[in-house]
Amino acid sequence: MNGTLKRVSVACLAMFALLMINVNFLQAVRAEELRGDARNVRNFYERYSIERGRIIAGGKVIAQSVETDSKRFRFIRQYPDAKLYAHVTGFFSPESASAIEASENKLLDGSSADLLLRRSIDLFTGEPTKGANVEVTINPKAQKAAYDALRQSGKRGAVIAIDPKTGAILAMVSLPTYDPTELSGTDKGKVFSRYDELAKDKSQPLLNRTIGQTYPPGSTFKVVTMAAYLEDDSSRGPDTTVDAPQNLPLPGTNISLPNYGGAACGSGSVTLTYALERSCNTPFGKIGMELGYDKMNEQTEAFGMGTQIGVPMSVAQSDFGKEEDKAALAMASIGQRSNRMTPLQMAMIAAGIANNGTVMKPYLVNKITDAKGDTIDEADPDQLTDAVSEETAGKLRQMMVSVVQNGTANLAQVPGVQVAGKTGTAETADGQPPHAWFISFAPADDPKIALAVIVESGAANVGAEATGGHTAAPIAKAVLEAVLTK
Amino acid sequence: MSEVAASPVLMPAKRRLAQLVMLALAVLIVMGAYANVGLAVDGRVPAGMLAYGLGLGGIMLVAYLVLAKFAPWADPLILPLVTLINGLGLVMIYRLESAKMPGASAASQIMWTGLGVVMFAVTLVVLRDHRMLQRLTYTAGAIGLVLLAIPAVLPGSLSEVQGAKIWIRIGGFSIQPGEFAKLALVVFFAGYLVAKRDVLALAGRRLLFIDLPRARDLGPVLATWGLSLLVLVFEKDLGTSLLLFGTFIAMIYIATQRTSWVLIGLLLFVGGAYLAGLAFSHVGDRFEIWLNPGSAEFYDREIGGSYQIMQGLFGFGAGGILGTGLGQGHPELIPLSFSDFIFAATGEELGLTGLMALLMLYALLVERGLRTSLAARDPFSKLLSGGLAFLLAWQVFIIVGGVTNLIPLTGLVTPFMSQGGSALLANWILIALLVRTSDAARRPPPQAIQNEGLTQVFQR
Repeated sequence: MNGTLKRVSVACLAMFALLMINVNFLQAVRAEELRGDARNVRNFYERYSIERGRIIAGGKVIAQSVETDSKRFRFIRQYPDAKLYAHVTGFFSPESASAIEASENKLLDGSSADLLLRRSIDLFTGEPTKGANVEVTINPKAQKAAYDALRQSGKRGAVIAIDPKTGAILAMVSLPTYDPTELSGTDKGKVFSRYDELAKDKSQPLLNRTIGQTYPPGSTFKVVTMAAYLEDDSSRGPDTTVDAPQNLPLPGTNISLPNYGGAACGSGSVTLTYALERSCNTPFGKIGMELGYDKMNEQTEAFGMGTQIGVPMSVAQSDFGKEEDKAALAMASIGQRSNRMTPLQMAMIAAGIANNGTVMKPYLVNKITDAKGDTIDEADPDQLTDAVSEETAGKLRQMMVSVVQNGTANLAQVPGVQVAGKTGTAETADGQPPHAWFISFAPADDPKIALAVIVESGAANVGAEATGGHTAAPIAKAVLEAVLTK
Repeated sequence: MSEVAASPVLMPAKRRLAQLVMLALAVLIVMGAYANVGLAVDGRVPAGMLAYGLGLGGIMLVAYLVLAKFAPWADPLILPLVTLINGLGLVMIYRLESAKMPGASAASQIMWTGLGVVMFAVTLVVLRDHRMLQRLTYTAGAIGLVLLAIPAVLPGSLSEVQGAKIWIRIGGFSIQPGEFAKLALVVFFAGYLVAKRDVLALAGRRLLFIDLPRARDLGPVLATWGLSLLVLVFEKDLGTSLLLFGTFIAMIYIATQRTSWVLIGLLLFVGGAYLAGLAFSHVGDRFEIWLNPGSAEFYDREIGGSYQIMQGLFGFGAGGILGTGLGQGHPELIPLSFSDFIFAATGEELGLTGLMALLMLYALLVERGLRTSLAARDPFSKLLSGGLAFLLAWQVFIIVGGVTNLIPLTGLVTPFMSQGGSALLANWILIALLVRTSDAARRPPPQAIQNEGLTQVFQR
């Protein structure tokens, strides 16, 4: 019987070989697919099994993982100033994440290749893997000031402030906001229904208005038109006089472009400074038509429009609009037609002027440190574009200072600091009250902060040119004060 | 005798010390695994670790001493292998219990392990010569059938758990008689086939290229076997019927040395499986699920769906190559991960590495059994130990293959690992029988004592 016994032994060997091959196939080849299966709730538990890194702003923890008693959900996310930083931190929900929580996820949960060394050390010392800490560029004082001031207006809106010399984002506030804690729980049912509620909310609390939404820029765009005009001929300056009729007939149409409220602009022939101070429409409409579409579009691009930017969250594309007729160009030159800008783009325009014509690449992540505090990565400020010459920047700065001192933006004055700015009132199509805009930087001679403020439908029932200046400028002032005064 | 002397005969050694060292190593590995679970789950070495470890060590020391006394020539590797597999099973059950898996109880499993070793010892002490089992051929067959049939005739309240009617439940106490029936039937097959192997191999008509046996030779065994399959199908115990079927085919092949038996067996199997698939919807479903376990239709089905197998596969995937580490996965998500699916739970926490080692342990155990069979000196011993070794291999193949979706899933216990007293007791008796046959096979043949003239003294 030994012959058959040996064959049966071979059969047994074959059975074990089959089992081994199959287990290899399952655990080495198919493992990834099985792990990724949506029905595998281990993924869900896995999300909560690692101590994610903290998100820190100016030494203040704004997101952290805290240990729970639950075996399945060991760490849950906590946001100490939930609503204040919601659009910076984002949320960490059972199946998704947003903002920094999403874009820096691999560092926060420790799976990034940059953390390989740390993980290897942990493996040997037997320490559990901890994610890296992400330090954002937000200045807590500026953030708080922007949040409080915007909230006081009772309107929806956004404030974004950047350091013009580096591009670091100092404040990123969008209202209405939400509480990321509610979206970061472990109860899928609760989280999802809350998310649906927020997503359906007409006021769009989940939308980060600073980078996720574009608006007509209104009169703040006149700064760009002015920049193009000065760049076009370097002999032009703040005192160059331009035509400023009460109404500017638009070629090819039977309508004409009036100044705000149909008012006159000085004596009909004014200096550029005066035109900007009063935010007259007619001189800028005329300048735009004179320069032509290409020059206007190029100047806007020179301020960063059209470049895909990740801060690291991706930023909605700003757009000057397609080439149309002269009438349209005149409207676009006062920021009132096809041009759509994110608040970040408008802040970058202010920052470019502040920084002698150089626009820096905006960024939100300052530093990544591992759980032991060793730096893994640090932000390296990077130039984005050369918007205007230093000379033009100087002229623009001088005029923008004048706007705050003598013009529509007097509510943005900060005692002891020279503030530069430009107000804007953007008509929206559907008979809604216009949006109030304000872009600014300060101190004018050594800028530390540049910002853009938009208050949606914030210009209602306020007279004349001062509308943007009335609601948006005081918010800017609060932020400037928070950063500049000790 | 001269022939024996001429060929280089491997003289077996007792190797009792090596066995003791390996046993100690097995117990140490198990204790290490206990500590690992405790550290991962509670952050400290479990309080009961020493008790469990000493308990297991003590139990195995008893097994070792009984083996050394009553079967000194037995293969030294068998007991340490079983100890390690049994110990890893205990650790997995302890780990699942710590994850609040209802039904997992390490304490009861260690009690059953103790009882299993007692059965092991009793078998070795009582059964001094396994060849006496040959005289009990038909008795064993009858016992096997009765054991199998009891749950079928008992009312459901006393015999049914979760759809499988394979229990005898009296009060809080329950056993699965089928586990013991397997052993009795292997003894019956071995005894019967040894007696009839010549007629089965030679007599009969030749049809095409297959030699058909005479009905009267095949009658008793076919009847017994058919009856057991019927009973098992009635009890919805597909795993055990497949187990017995395969073991029988293997044994008849070993006995008669005819490939035609394997072919007949395969044909019968395919036909039977097809009929079963038509007659019983749950059999057909198993097949469909095997082909496409991930489909939403099966996955979402309340009863008899693929939820369990998919959870098992997710477990394997989560484990990957190195595993999550003991106590750090989520094997509690796999239904029945302490019994039918303990291999999946082990795969999740010990990974491919651990499973390869575990499969290797089983393969070695089977190999020791087959080697015993090759070395055995009489046909009954050969057939008995060969049958038992194949039973073990085939059982591992069916359950592990089922859990890993290599073959359709049929419920069976993973030998020595799954929670369950009956299986543990029966498998320890199986090991005792292997040890007994191995002792007989490796015992040096009686030597002629020199200078005693023609007198030969046999030693037992």
